[in-house]
Amino acid sequence: MQTDKVSLKKRAESAIEKKAAFGEDFELEKYEEGSRVSKPVEDLQSLDEESKRTLLQVGIIPSEEGRSGSLFVLDNSVSHSSLNDENVELMSTHKAMEKYEWLKDYSWKLVQVDADKYTAKTYLEDADGYFIRVPAGKKSAMPVQTCLMLGSKKSTQTLHNIVIVEEGASLDIITGCTSKKGVEEGLHLGISEMYVKKGATLNFTMIHNWAEQIGVRPRTVVHVEEGGTYVSNYISLKPVRSVQTYPTVNLEGEGAVTRLNTIAIAHAGSELDLGSKAVFNAPGTRAELISRTITIGGRIVARGEMVGNAKGAKGHLECKGLVLTDKGSQLAIPILEANVDDIELTHEAAVGKIAKDQVEYLMARGLTEEEAVGMIIRGFLDVGIRGIPEELKNEIENTIAQTAFGT
Amino acid sequence: MLKIEDLTVEVAGKILLHDVNLEVEKGYTNVLFGPNGAGKSALMRTIMGFSEYRVVKGRILFNGEDITYLPVDERARRGLGIMMQRPPDMTGIKLGDLIKVTSKGKKEPEALAENLDMKRFLDRDVNVGFSGGEIKRSELLQLAAQNPSLYLLDEPESGVDLVSIEQVGMTIKGLLEEGIECPGERCKKGKSALIITHTGQVLDFVQADRGYILCNGTVMCSGNPMKMLEEIKNNGYQECISCKLIK
Repeated sequence: MQTDKVSLKKRAESAIEKKAAFGEDFELEKYEEGSRVSKPVEDLQSLDEESKRTLLQVGIIPSEEGRSGSLFVLDNSVSHSSLNDENVELMSTHKAMEKYEWLKDYSWKLVQVDADKYTAKTYLEDADGYFIRVPAGKKSAMPVQTCLMLGSKKSTQTLHNIVIVEEGASLDIITGCTSKKGVEEGLHLGISEMYVKKGATLNFTMIHNWAEQIGVRPRTVVHVEEGGTYVSNYISLKPVRSVQTYPTVNLEGEGAVTRLNTIAIAHAGSELDLGSKAVFNAPGTRAELISRTITIGGRIVARGEMVGNAKGAKGHLECKGLVLTDKGSQLAIPILEANVDDIELTHEAAVGKIAKDQVEYLMARGLTEEEAVGMIIRGFLDVGIRGIPEELKNEIENTIAQTAFGT
Repeated sequence: MLKIEDLTVEVAGKILLHDVNLEVEKGYTNVLFGPNGAGKSALMRTIMGFSEYRVVKGRILFNGEDITYLPVDERARRGLGIMMQRPPDMTGIKLGDLIKVTSKGKKEPEALAENLDMKRFLDRDVNVGFSGGEIKRSELLQLAAQNPSLYLLDEPESGVDLVSIEQVGMTIKGLLEEGIECPGERCKKGKSALIITHTGQVLDFVQADRGYILCNGTVMCSGNPMKMLEEIKNNGYQECISCKLIK
């Protein structure tokens, strides 16, 4: 084990200047390390009104009503963790590593420490984060909510999250990533390793709500075993400087299934490089990667990738992008790779403006042009958010309304 | 109610309609006949105001107001409603939601849909994967919610199976005669309509008042719609064209 650590450290150190394959390169030394200490928050309701509003905007309920548990990370410190569901384990990753000797077999096994400078830095800082586990056969009664907040200017938040859904178990997670009001510049690096075991289900919803000068580099790998299901909803509707992410789902057991939905709006000055990847390593595995993006002045790169390595695999990739102004740009990059026969991978990609005939069709029913455009945009994004928690829909609807009418 | 004067229309720089004159009086149901490609749908879409159709001459009057250059939604608000032959797929927009918005909450989508046997379509995306007959019923449902005073119906019977034709025909009759107690009141209180038909099947259900024949982008003739239909069935449009030429 000691040698393991030594070699990981070596690998990380050698990668500390390694640029990521995609996205703007951030100079890590320009940012301060986020604080590792913070005042414990006993009750999320005791936060100031401004912070509570910020939480609500990313789907985090301060009263914790309708939630199985909550964990709040401010900069690099876990300042709140509470649980009211005996079927779920929730604690900081550091605590979990202390508590469970076996957890080392799950830590840094899916995400490589030397993938790029961001994974390297997160490893070398021994970042904390959330650990969530549901024991075999158990189900979380309600979603577990985790909030990752960047609280200090020009600092780096590094996180390492581990999620384990044991055999036949089921878990819903809502993660809200955001920055405190007034924190316009910073860097968020988040490593997530998720394990969905035989026959288990994980529904993961992540809402990003950053500020104009924040760089975001999540690194997520999911391992799904036989008959397991992993569903992810990723939502980013507000301005941000740069998000580059490429979550990968490895379907390792027969009949494993995944569906990854992405909806995003790129504002002027934002660059969103949003990928998703499914690797079919077992027979009869299935995947659906759906992306719905809109630019109102920013740049969007929608990458979708499916790699078929086992017979009977079936996957569909859908990247659709709307361009609402002359200044924005959309780039859709679908990649399909079949390495065996008896495999069915398909894709559908389309970028462009809203079809005039659709707008006028609705106008012929008496809707104004703005109402018609708003309805079409809502419908366009709706495909990507089917199945997300009800209360989040309001927030999303509001943002969409502003997008259609305000800018 | 609707008056079209010397209307000339182009699409992508090409003249599709020229010097069209046509009228639909209050409470009248007038019919537009004509061979494929004559410009019937283009005329209807021009009346509704779709931007692809550019008026280069003439004007469209609705209740005395010149609406030639009004945007589509303004025309809808003044009482024009269209049933399109090939409406676009509206992915992500549920029929039930569109009905709700269209009727401005005055009518419940379920009740409206009941009559047209469309309840199970309320949760479906508008027009996506609909059959020919389903599109017609969906369009009629939207029109029922919209409640216009002038109905523009583009081939309401095309693509509809024989059993459903009665349903479509009776629905149109019901919409046009809403609130009328005796047939004599139709031209005073009833709704107006302009209907495009090839087969004339819809005329088994609604009483037509005047027919127009549109050929080569202009109105050739007008008169008794049932006699015109009979003539067209027997001799095609050739007679009409040569008759116009003689005139």
